[in-house]
This record gives sequence, C-alpha cells and structure tokens, in this order.
Amino acid sequence: MARSAHRRAFWRGMRDGAPFILVIAPFGLLFGVVAREAGWDMAEILAMSVVVIAGASQFTALQLMAENAPTIVVILTATAVNLRHAMYSASMATHLGAVPVWKRALVAYFLVDQTYGTAINRYTLDPGMRPGEKAAFFFGAALGTCPWWYVFSVIGAEVGAAIPAGLALDFAVPITFIALFAPALRTAPHVAAAVVAVVAALALAPLPYSFGLLIAASLGMLAGAGVELALERRR
Amino acid sequence: MSEIWAVILGLGTLTFLIRFSFLGLVGDRALPGWAMRLLRYVPVAVLPALVAPLTVWPAATGGFPDPARLIAAGVALGVGALTRSVLGAIFSGLAVLYLGLWALG
Repeated sequence: MARSAHRRAFWRGMRDGAPFILVIAPFGLLFGVVAREAGWDMAEILAMSVVVIAGASQFTALQLMAENAPTIVVILTATAVNLRHAMYSASMATHLGAVPVWKRALVAYFLVDQTYGTAINRYTLDPGMRPGEKAAFFFGAALGTCPWWYVFSVIGAEVGAAIPAGLALDFAVPITFIALFAPALRTAPHVAAAVVAVVAALALAPLPYSFGLLIAASLGMLAGAGVELALERRR
Repeated sequence: MSEIWAVILGLGTLTFLIRFSFLGLVGDRALPGWAMRLLRYVPVAVLPALVAPLTVWPAATGGFPDPARLIAAGVALGVGALTRSVLGAIFSGLAVLYLGLWALG
C-alpha cells in the first residue's frame, strides 16, 4: 500500500517536473558552450554540472575566473548566489523533516529552483500527502529534470556556439520561474509577499553577490507573514 | 590541483551544505509558529525577487527593458495566477514571447 502510493507520487513528480526540461536544456547547453570557450575540458564541465547543479552560480564562477579573480573569491561569490537555497531548505524541512537523514541529504543535493518550486506547488495542492510520499514526489521531479542538466552541459560543450541567439532562450528561465510562483498567488498575504519582493529586488539590484535578492526575499516573507497576522487579528 | 577543480569542489561542497542546512539540522523537530508563518512565503518571495531584475533588465537586450519580454512575463503571470496551471503559464508566456519578438522585431 505505502509502496504503491510512493510509486504513484514518484511518477507524478516526474510528470510535474517534466516541463522544466524546457529551461534546463537550453541553460545547460549555454553553460557547456561558455565553459568550453573558457578552455574547460569535458571532464571539468561534466563534474561542475554534476557536483554543483546550480546554473546561475556556475555562470558566476566562469565569469569571475575569466576576470582572474582569486580562487577563494570565485568560490565564495558563486556560493553566495546559492544562499537562497537555505530558504528552500528550511521550507522543505517543514515537509520532509520526518524522513530518514540519508533521504534528506539526497533531497538537499537535488534542491534547485525548479525541483523546489514543483514540489512545494504539489504539497500545497495535496495537503494530505505523507512525508514518504512527499519525498518520493520530490525524487521523481529531481530525476526527471536534473540529469538533463548534466546531459545538456556536455552537449553544449560538444556542439559549441552553433545555437542561434534569435531563439531568445535567455528568457525561458524567467518565464518558467514566473509559472512556478504565479499559481501560488492565492491570497492577499501571498500577493503582498510577491509585490514587496519584486519592488525591493528592483530597488536593491545594484548590490553585489545577490545580497539584493536575499534582502528582497526576506522583506517579501516578512510582508506575507505580517499581512497574514493582520488579517487573523481582524477576524 | 588546478584552479578549476578547486572551484568545482569548493563550490559544490558549500552549496550542498547550504541546501542541507535546515533539512539536516532541524529534522522533524517542530519549528516555532513565527518561523512556519515566514516559511509559507518562501516561494512567493524568493522566485519573484529572482525574476524581477531578469525581466525588467534582460541581459540579452543589453540590460534595456524589452516590450516583447515584458508582455510575455505579464501573460505568464496572469495565466498562471488565474488558471493555477504551471504548464499553461509556461506555454502561453513562450507563445506571446515569440509572437512579440516576431511582431516587434
């Protein structure tokens, strides 16, 4: 019974995650192309994508290395770009705290924007899911998407710069991220959180190391929680 | 060890530790109510903050606002919020993006 429920959750995760191959493929290709142009060999490109799985920070590292930044600066700056994942980790802990620690470690390895967004959408739609099913769903979404990141990094390194710029693939990333949070704008607190986060992110965009993003996201969370509290008090 | 491998291992290790942080340490201990209240808004705060500058100042247009991209983002947002469909939002956003790029050249 539990096993078949887990299997169903796993396949549903794969299905829910599948659209994000649309973003992961071009973004991975681009990473392969840029890394190849920077002189990386195939083993290094594949290792980077498998070990790190984080597009934005991988590009940040390439960029800083091209500027001859010291290695420690490259590592710390590219890591700072991933600090938002700590918020995802806290959010997922409220759903998956009860599963064994090795599974939580595996979830952590695959915890990227797309898998997090896919999972949290499903957890919100189906509040009755048990922690084991939630984990199975997450692994379905992860295995349906993340391996394509590795594959397309390698293809990008192979085919090189043969990708036409007119495809505007750059903008597939914002579109799919918008698609991930738009359905969650169900209540006034959710809308308040998003509006405050957007305004603050635009105002703070000049800050380095994605600090603007972190501050804006924190302000958005405070706004959502504040409006929620105010509405509760009024009732 | 080359600089590239140092970056791969350093960045990979630190990124994993960030992602494991709360999942690993908190486990199934109950978080206080105020923390749960804040965490409910992680997706609708982090993702919009991530997307806003990319949408308003796209790198592909040299950082200048681009009507086709702005309209496409608005359509994806509207369709996603009204229909609650992730797929619907993605495909309508991309369709409007290509239509806009083609029409506005």
